[in-house]
Amino acid sequence: SLPKKERDSQTQTIIADIQKKITDAFEVFDHECNKTVDVREIGTIIRSLGCCPSESELHDLLAEVEEEEPTGYIRLEKFLPMMTKVLMERRYRPIPEDILLRAFEVLDENKCGHLTKEELVKYMTEEGEPFTQEEMEEMLSAAVDPETNTVRYRDYITMMVVDEN
Amino acid sequence: MGCGTSVTGSRAKKSERAIKAAILIQRWYRCYMARLEMRRQYALSIFQSIEYAEEQAQLQLSSFFTFMLDHFTHLNVTDTGSDVQLLEYERMIEVPDSYRGPRLSFPLTVADTNSLLHAFKDQQHLHARYVLQLLHETKKLLKQMPNIIHLSTSYSKEITICGDLHGKLDDLLLIFYKNGLPSEENPYLFNGDFVDRGENSTEILIILFAFLLVYPNHLHLNRGNHEDHIVNLRYGFTKEVMKKYRSHGKKILNLLQDVYSWLPLATVIDSKVLIVHGGISDTTDLDFLNLFKRNKMKSVLRPPRQDIAVKGMTRPSSSSSHRRQYTSDLLDVGKHMCLLHDGVNSGPLLEARYLESSVCMPSMPSELTAKEWKQVVDILWSDPKNQNGCTPNKVRGGGCYFGPDVTARLLKRYNLKMLIRSHECKQEGYEISHDGQVITIFSASNYYEDGSNRGAYLKLNPDLIPRFVQYQVSKCTRKRTLHQRVSVVEWAALKSLREKLYSRRSELIAAFRQYDPNYTGRISATEWASAMESVLHLDLPWRTLRSRLVQLAPDGSVEYLSCFNDLEIEPAIKEVQPALVETLYRYRTDLEIIFNIIDKDHSGLISIEEFRQTWKLFNSHLKIDIDDESIDKLARSIDFNKDGNIDFNEFLEAFHVVNKFENK
Repeated sequence: SLPKKERDSQTQTIIADIQKKITDAFEVFDHECNKTVDVREIGTIIRSLGCCPSESELHDLLAEVEEEEPTGYIRLEKFLPMMTKVLMERRYRPIPEDILLRAFEVLDENKCGHLTKEELVKYMTEEGEPFTQEEMEEMLSAAVDPETNTVRYRDYITMMVVDEN
Repeated sequence: MGCGTSVTGSRAKKSERAIKAAILIQRWYRCYMARLEMRRQYALSIFQSIEYAEEQAQLQLSSFFTFMLDHFTHLNVTDTGSDVQLLEYERMIEVPDSYRGPRLSFPLTVADTNSLLHAFKDQQHLHARYVLQLLHETKKLLKQMPNIIHLSTSYSKEITICGDLHGKLDDLLLIFYKNGLPSEENPYLFNGDFVDRGENSTEILIILFAFLLVYPNHLHLNRGNHEDHIVNLRYGFTKEVMKKYRSHGKKILNLLQDVYSWLPLATVIDSKVLIVHGGISDTTDLDFLNLFKRNKMKSVLRPPRQDIAVKGMTRPSSSSSHRRQYTSDLLDVGKHMCLLHDGVNSGPLLEARYLESSVCMPSMPSELTAKEWKQVVDILWSDPKNQNGCTPNKVRGGGCYFGPDVTARLLKRYNLKMLIRSHECKQEGYEISHDGQVITIFSASNYYEDGSNRGAYLKLNPDLIPRFVQYQVSKCTRKRTLHQRVSVVEWAALKSLREKLYSRRSELIAAFRQYDPNYTGRISATEWASAMESVLHLDLPWRTLRSRLVQLAPDGSVEYLSCFNDLEIEPAIKEVQPALVETLYRYRTDLEIIFNIIDKDHSGLISIEEFRQTWKLFNSHLKIDIDDESIDKLARSIDFNKDGNIDFNEFLEAFHVVNKFENK
């Protein structure tokens, strides 16, 4: 392996790179161009950087970067070190396709390869970290197969993954 | 499934697994949506950056255009006071029997507005004579109005307020469909920016003015920053008029200049709600605004003369640490005008012999003071921001960014409840800011691209509580998923951006090569982002956009030439060097404007000599590095039939970027 000096320098480069990436994503929402973003956009920024926290994990992250007296804004100054650590430690990794598939299979009690619209709505809006009506409608618009009026989750997942790339 | 345990136990365990699965799916979904949202945001910021950068660029050229306008006197027909009588238009312009469009009879009635709506839905045009008569009558009416109109809701239940329309006729028709036509029971206020960008600015103006004449107390108009003939030169309205009205277009545009300047600047409802197109500044003085002669302000780009010593042109610069800190300042335009006319550095400008009149001081709106000018510009160009203070609006080049404290102070000073304004495109068609004290209302849906945003209007009842109605004109009936909608907008934004890259190709490659002396074709992401910003000054999140603009090598470095891969310019002229082609492509909008100014008889042709001289003027003004010989060669080669004339529409058509792999 490399001597310490070179390893350190490599790490420095990696950190610098990560910080630039974070700053760029932050700046997309920095409408006033003063290194602050609306607190409601933090979730989007964190997730767009490749992390996949749950709502409650997001809540905890927010608590770390909010001001003593919440102003409704988050400063880059506070966000950057927190987010750098998150990325360096590779926390909140995205969910692999197969794990996602298994999750749907758990919900599919009858093991028939699809969920009914009502089943999906029930789980998503009543369990876990419930969806808002808007989120639910948006998911349904893409997930429901118009021909069978059911959620053929295997196809849905494949489509979403392809879409992303 | 457990066996040997109680039924409830296994059910509980199953339920626990289901909840975990649900959370996992929700987590995943929210991440997916967030990434979509990010893509949408940067697509919009691409559009916005390009839009504002172009506004900036126009400011640079404004002194040049003004100079051009001043020296083509046929465009400077000012209203000397002896109005053409309405009937004289009938004498001057004949409407042939073969004309199948609407025939207006003054004074206008509902029959006329109905026939206009009907005709425009059928994509007909109104004959030039009626347009001129309509503008004539509109000007007469507007002249009687004060600068600030005071309305009351006591006579009707609600007043409907609409924002920017920007020539989108479909949106106006949709509003009328949903909300009813203007009438005594259904009053409307249109808050500026009726024209430019969309294709039916003419028709929108005609409809609005017609309703104004029929219901002068129930249809109200505020001036917007696009109700400005110089802004129209760049953003499409001038072109639209010239295209639709070949013979009388210039007359129409002249008359329109006056009509614009007589549009009211602001409206106040029930002494509580202030409505202006852009916003306010910390120096906005409503009493002052109400008193001066508003028609002195013909165009924001003809500011009052400055008696300051000439310093030379300021160019926009950008340091990577501060976004939008451009240094141009509208007031500098005044200095440029002095520069042009004092003969300093303007040898070739003054000697262009083909110019008709001798160079003289332009007929400036001499009574417009700097204070008056600033008050109006602030009203028409400012944008709200979320943090306190009032700073110059450097992005647009005019007006301010005003904070909640500025709003609060103004509302308190005049005992108002809220400010309604437009001027900025909002995703949902409207936005509430400054703790409910400022409302932005924007009525052109799909402003940047099909699916980019909704439009909205608001209804104000006597309690002054606004109710918003949103809509979106849609080409397809099937509801698209968010992903599909974002993809469309994103694709359009990236296409726009790629064309911009292409138009600065040589400069970009030179900037990249600074980091790549050995011509490996690769540079780091940081270097790439730096180079991009240094040339383009668009202040975009280049690192985030990187993967969508260029190819990346396995080690993450950028193959910088790959962003030019899919595009090529199709020039009709073979012997012209690529650098010249690129420059002409980049300035094609400006050239078009200039051509339109020069082409006195609207024939679509200008002489080779005029082209050559114009280019030289342009060149010396912008300090573009193209030698005269190349231009001469170009001029000769564009003259396809060698008759000494250039068909500039053909010429401009030829310079557009083609995506090699696009299906035509």
